[in-house]
Amino acid sequence: MQSRNEWRRMKGRREGASNSELFTLTYGALVTQLCKDYENDEEVNKQLDKMGYNIGVRLIEDFLARSSIGRCQDFRETADVIAKVAFKMYLGITPSVTNWSPAGDEFSLILENNPLVDFVELPDNHSTLVYSSLLCGVLRGALEMVQMAVDVRFAQDTLRGDSVTEIRMKFIKRIEENLPAGDE
Amino acid sequence: MTTGEETCVMCHLCKLADMQENLRSDWGDLRRRHGGMADESLFDFLHMEIVSHIYKEQQSGKEEMDNKDRAVCVSVLESMGFRVGQGLIERLTRDSPSFKDELDVMKFVCKDFWTKVFRRQVDNLRTNHQGTYVLQDNTFSLLTQLSNGKQYLDQAPKYLAFSCGIVRGALSNLGLDSVVTAEVSVMPSCKFQVVVQKL
Repeated sequence: MQSRNEWRRMKGRREGASNSELFTLTYGALVTQLCKDYENDEEVNKQLDKMGYNIGVRLIEDFLARSSIGRCQDFRETADVIAKVAFKMYLGITPSVTNWSPAGDEFSLILENNPLVDFVELPDNHSTLVYSSLLCGVLRGALEMVQMAVDVRFAQDTLRGDSVTEIRMKFIKRIEENLPAGDE
Repeated sequence: MTTGEETCVMCHLCKLADMQENLRSDWGDLRRRHGGMADESLFDFLHMEIVSHIYKEQQSGKEEMDNKDRAVCVSVLESMGFRVGQGLIERLTRDSPSFKDELDVMKFVCKDFWTKVFRRQVDNLRTNHQGTYVLQDNTFSLLTQLSNGKQYLDQAPKYLAFSCGIVRGALSNLGLDSVVTAEVSVMPSCKFQVVVQKL
């Protein structure tokens, strides 16, 4: 089982490029389907976020296995790993990390271009749709699995007319690891 | 291998050379158009979550799903795949010349298209030369994560509906109306059956 997964990962690194469109088109089809299924944009945003969360809690294992990153010492290190390693590995882009709060518990990721939105235009009746909401969920779910509760939201979105896409991440608290039942 | 009406038309020797060429040109094309390239695993994760979501939503409130529910799920996934297939083939055939016949279209789907979408070429293409084609992929990329063998065989159809749609969508844009179904007996090997609809 292990070697087969390794083989797949190796294959992926060599041929990964050709699947980028498959991912973005599939994501587009998902958003379209959700817009059909749910009555308003808020609900679609919520569903995308939830699905992203489900993906994130599994993606983190893939990330840790492929990147051999150890435990981050603080939130600043976490920010760097997310921007320079995770985003690079999965989306092929390196957002910049900026706008740190004075307390050091909140920062922004600025994406010059967002691979999810290639060739996408929001129709007029979906002005409150946050198209890339899946990303927020992925980040939240992944970080929860490494004991960090975070809040993630889009502060700016090129699809809604902003010049860049800005993801704002806020550290809420550390999640205690579950103690074995016997220790209660 | 020939068996009466059916003929195997894939030439395994020229596959490797073709594949290298396709990968090089795909890479160049993508890099030119945008800097970011999504990792292959992202599609796998997204696809599995989409399947999970569709089935959960259909089941919501009910104790069990019946065949009608399952049919709805498969249909939704298939039509999502259809749109994706159309989009994918559009980008792939922008600069390509037109095809000389139906078999030519199928070969293109088995080689160039399959490589772009499913990361490899179809292993075996059979046809009865009367509009029915069977495409066999022995290591179908969407099944390799599920199992190796017979485990989870009953789950396989859920994970093939989207791909059937992709193939049908691609063929549709190439001028062929078809019905596409898939069958698995041992994972991750999969057979897609394409029946081209005559007017």
